Amino acid sequence: MIEVQHLTKRYGRFTAVDDVSFRVEKGEILGFLGPNGAGKTTTMRILTGYMPATSGRAIVAGFDLFTQPIDAKKRIGYLPETPPLYPEMTVREFLLFCARIKGVPKKAQRAQVDTSMEKARVADVAGRHCGKLSKGYRQRVGLAQAILHNPEVLILDEPTAGLDPKQIMETRDLITSLAGDHTIILSTHILPEVSQTCQRVVIINRGKVVAIDTPENLTGQLVGTQNLYVQVDATGDAGAALRGVPGVLSVTLADQRQTIAGFEVQSQEGLDVRRDLARAVVSQGWGLLELRPLRMSLEEIFLQLTTEERAAAAAAENADRSDARASADADSPDGDEAARADEEEARHV
Amino acid sequence: MSNILAIAGRELRSYFASPIAYAVIGLFALVFGFMFYAYTQMFVRQSQQFAAMGGPLSVNQNVIRPLFVQISIIVLFVLPMITMRTYAEEKRSGTIELLLTSPLTDLQIILGKFLGAMGLYASMLLITLLPISLLFWYGDPDWRPVVTAYLGLLLVGGAFISIGLAISSLTKNQIVAGVFTFCALLMLLLVSWLQDSMGPVGRAILSAVTIFEHFDDFSKGVLDTTHLVYYASVITFGLFLTAKAVDSERWRG
Repeated sequence: MIEVQHLTKRYGRFTAVDDVSFRVEKGEILGFLGPNGAGKTTTMRILTGYMPATSGRAIVAGFDLFTQPIDAKKRIGYLPETPPLYPEMTVREFLLFCARIKGVPKKAQRAQVDTSMEKARVADVAGRHCGKLSKGYRQRVGLAQAILHNPEVLILDEPTAGLDPKQIMETRDLITSLAGDHTIILSTHILPEVSQTCQRVVIINRGKVVAIDTPENLTGQLVGTQNLYVQVDATGDAGAALRGVPGVLSVTLADQRQTIAGFEVQSQEGLDVRRDLARAVVSQGWGLLELRPLRMSLEEIFLQLTTEERAAAAAAENADRSDARASADADSPDGDEAARADEEEARHV
Repeated sequence: MSNILAIAGRELRSYFASPIAYAVIGLFALVFGFMFYAYTQMFVRQSQQFAAMGGPLSVNQNVIRPLFVQISIIVLFVLPMITMRTYAEEKRSGTIELLLTSPLTDLQIILGKFLGAMGLYASMLLITLLPISLLFWYGDPDWRPVVTAYLGLLLVGGAFISIGLAISSLTKNQIVAGVFTFCALLMLLLVSWLQDSMGPVGRAILSAVTIFEHFDDFSKGVLDTTHLVYYASVITFGLFLTAKAVDSERWRG
């Protein structure tokens, strides 16, 4: 549905987006992750036809944005970083205007404005002036504007920025509910958001793609060695007891507070030792307070990838290697291999 | 076309939703009213003197024509206030992103904005119809020069607006856009001062360039294609510059 090939954007000498390539399949939600100034907004602006790329191609719904911008734009709904609202118009007036310029047939305009207001939950402020809305409502009116013409592709630049937690949840639900009929790209620098809403993640840093994968793979649901965190309220040597469980490779003390101790347990591949661990603790008469699989959080992955990239940029030979990895990611449709390699590396650092 | 009208309608609505339209129209009406009063007063005094000498005075020559020439100069002061926000404000507030990512061509956006500003300008001129119609009520002036004068005013205003649009598309700052537009238009007026110190060629060039020179014939009731072509060219040139500025902005990001 969306195809980006070797996209590069330069402002003078500064390269904002550097040879970015990825694909998004129909109905998918792709998360665009990166620190501020990484090139997320620039990429999105190119994808929406706001600005042309210096080189490379962007194809949305079968139309090249450079050669057939009008056809492509008809199929794109875009929510920019700041919702583009005219302060002097009421929400309904504004959306009717949007319906007109987005080429919604005259007869369908009112109905579509009403549906989009309902979906974005702004129907209660239909008569209010856009300039008098709170930040949360502005964001949602912007969202209503983006879904108004029922576009095949939705591009949302930080759709939850400035919302309160409840609104963030509602917006996430809305986005997930839209996913079936629409293909969605959303950018964010809030990491949990990505793992909750997106099926795939593109991590971008300094204009380059550093990883493309599913959040699960990125957060390291490793099939190989399993890592568990066990917290025990023990009177004796809990570490030794845990070590005694068959299949456990290593036990390291992570934290201790009086009698309560937390351990990181590494177990053999493909062996689920959780039941045995629990039994080992309980049979001693100790309290088992916590037992959970340890994954690398998206934050850690993200920091790892983005700082690694920076370090790589400094050293020439490293830069070559990470380039090769980024492009390998971009080329392979699943990118599992590369991401797993990243994982391994991340763990060994 | 529907797209152009949608944008023009939105522009016009936003003028009237903000204090700008009322300030501009009110200011214009005030100055015009004063001028109208002054000219008719003068006319009444002069016609009494002339009546003693025998010959009647023409309302067209002594009131309507100078009045319209004055209007064209007030327009110069007022229109930058209308055009300064057209692009600058959209760029500042980010709504330009909505327009540029909607299925619209640049030309549709520019023409929409041009027509919107023309709409406000036309409603400003509408105010002047009331005092002018008083002349028809109490006197018997020729209506044809009045019609050509209005046509001329629309063309002068169109030229100003297209220049203002081009300047507004170059900046994010309304005030900067307004000041530059005002200076540019003022220069178009002042450049005629040099005429006397120029040779015959220079004089011809200057009179061709000066925007008000071309208005004079309209106020006399003369419809000359030279002037029509001149104004049409200036408007086209202004809109062309706007299109180029918008396009270059898009490339520079």
